[in-house]
Amino acid sequence: MARIWVYAETVEGKPKSVALELLTKARDLGEPEAVALGPGASAAVESLGKHGARVVYAHEDPAFRDVLASPAVDLLEKLVQKHGPDLLLFGMTYDSRDIASRLSARLGTALIANATDVGPGQGGGWAVVSPIFGGSTLVTTVPRTQGPPIVLVRPKAFAAQPLEGSAARVETLTDAVDTSRPAPRVLKREKEEAQGPRLDDAAVIVSGGRGLGSPENFKLVDDLAAQLGAAVGASRAVVDAGWKPYAFQVGQTGKTVKPTVYIAVGISGAMQHTVGMKGARTIIAINKDPEAPIFKLADLGVVGDLNRLVPQLTEELRKRKG
Amino acid sequence: MAINVVVCVKQIPDPSAPARLDPASKRLVREGVDLVLDPGDEHAVEAALQVAEGAGGEVTVVSMGPARAVDAIRRALSMGGARGIHVQDPALQNSDALSTARVLAAAVKGQPFDLIVCGQESTDGSTGAVPGQLAELLGLPLLSFARKLSVEEGKASIHRQTDEGYDVVEAPLPAVVTVTGGINDPRYPSLRGIMQSKNKEVRQLTLEAIGLSGKAGEKALTQEVVDLQPAQARKAGRVIEDKGEGAREIVDFLAELKVI
Ligand SMILES: Cc1cc2nc3c(=O)[nH]c(=O)nc-3n(C[C@H](O)[C@H](O)[C@H](O)COP(=O)(O)OP(=O)(O)OC[C@H]3O[C@@H](n4cnc5c(N)ncnc54)[C@H](O)[C@@H]3O)c2cc1C
Ligand SMILES: Nc1ncnc2c1ncn2[C@@H]1O[C@H](COP(=O)(O)O)[C@@H](O)[C@H]1O
Repeated sequence: MARIWVYAETVEGKPKSVALELLTKARDLGEPEAVALGPGASAAVESLGKHGARVVYAHEDPAFRDVLASPAVDLLEKLVQKHGPDLLLFGMTYDSRDIASRLSARLGTALIANATDVGPGQGGGWAVVSPIFGGSTLVTTVPRTQGPPIVLVRPKAFAAQPLEGSAARVETLTDAVDTSRPAPRVLKREKEEAQGPRLDDAAVIVSGGRGLGSPENFKLVDDLAAQLGAAVGASRAVVDAGWKPYAFQVGQTGKTVKPTVYIAVGISGAMQHTVGMKGARTIIAINKDPEAPIFKLADLGVVGDLNRLVPQLTEELRKRKG
Repeated sequence: MAINVVVCVKQIPDPSAPARLDPASKRLVREGVDLVLDPGDEHAVEAALQVAEGAGGEVTVVSMGPARAVDAIRRALSMGGARGIHVQDPALQNSDALSTARVLAAAVKGQPFDLIVCGQESTDGSTGAVPGQLAELLGLPLLSFARKLSVEEGKASIHRQTDEGYDVVEAPLPAVVTVTGGINDPRYPSLRGIMQSKNKEVRQLTLEAIGLSGKAGEKALTQEVVDLQPAQARKAGRVIEDKGEGAREIVDFLAELKVI
């Protein structure tokens, strides 16, 4: 059976959700195994096992956290050569993207990015699906190199599902980590916390666009979100204008979100935005332009002035709550 | 001490025009489409210029692409780059990321530089693979997703974009840096800049000239596009005009969805 490796990023002993999504998918493709590096790697084993990892290669060295990419690339190269997995899956995150691209150059293997699906290819090997042109077209790419292809998968491409009674065997690694070479070191981590639920796992998201007109007016969206207990998102136009930090951006170059309800306020619905939110179960849009493309995918679209509609909406919700 | 910078730029079909793939060849249709310097790479050029200008160095603009890609190089030169390197070869037509990285690595070898600046991802491909591969092939540290960059005495320091905010990350020079769109506002070329750019040297190199015959492009493909499909579109639902009842309609809908 094909051995599918998932590179599992962990944060304080917990795997990132994308790692669990990839392990869930890997169960369909073959035998899943995970690699977890850095402090807390061993603590993540249980959760990784529950999601299907048969083996977890864990190494606790803090260098994996404090030095970007290179220590992980060195170790992955060794592990790949020793164990010969058939496919390497990474989440398309900042850190994993650096590791995956360096590793592909090191091994001379194919790197396919932005994937939303992976499966067996015709006549053997793998076939990888990724959206291009803002999600309007899907391309299928097949690797043509010796050695395991590396696939960077967009978060939320698959749903994470734990398995009954599944557990992983840990292989604790103690290989020496070479930190003598010139490498990028993390000196400090700064958080720019948003209030309320996180965009990544919120059930309801209210996103604002350039139609809000000014950073002060964005409060209309903040208030509506607060009333709904929703997370706040933004279009790139808003982020580029500096009204909200980048962490709020939804879309091709921002986050992919899959809430139950996505409310787009004053957002035109450019492809690069919609690729990040069209996985929402239900979409509601408020825009004054009846021709705005967002109405082509909204389940409920209201044509009107947000400056009137949104305060009314917030007020109405307040009243219903009683 | 002068700091010399290489900036890697790509020419792409104008991203504001709808792009098309040729179903037969599975390549981008380039005919009848305006080609521009990738808007993400304009930020890279600006960042490179700011570093070089601050330290009394020069910026070399490198691009791999067909004959017309020289326009993207000229655009970067008109912003202030000192010279260009253009790698062009029929065998590179169907290049993938790893081939591109190999070509760029070979093209900058022998070129004195302290820093290489790239966009974080190309606007047309959005793979973001080339800079990491390039750094690996050259054995250099990669400082990725910079939204702030400062270079001094043998080291570069960035604010690296993260999901929660940013990290302060530092690496010794020489290094490869990728920049986000938030890092700066790219300058517009001045008329003088445009005039001067026409006289600046752009070296034309083939695969053979950089020692990569048969080792990049068509002969060294790592992957192949085998299928293209339109993505399944979402169906539009109900669109109503707000005549005072819009907010109530939304609330009713939210109640129906059991969100409230
Ligand atoms: C490579 C690339 C990547 C990109 N990545 C992203 C991305 O990740 N995320 C993203 O969002 N964008 C992205 N973009 C940008 C994208 O193409 C659009 O430019 C952007 O999404 C537009 O933001 P917007 O809808 O807020 O602004 P606009 O397009 O300006 O729309 C504003 C809308 O507000 C409406 N409006 C104005 N006033 C009112 C009012 N009083 N009441 C009601 N409605 C009103 C208008 O009718 C209009 O439809 C990317 C672009 C490129 C080229
Ligand atoms: N053909 C090319 N010529 C020069 N630089 C390139 C080329 N392709 C990619 N790059 C650089 O690599 C960055 C990321 O591109 P990509 O990996 O293709 O998404 C771009 O922003 C450029 O700086």
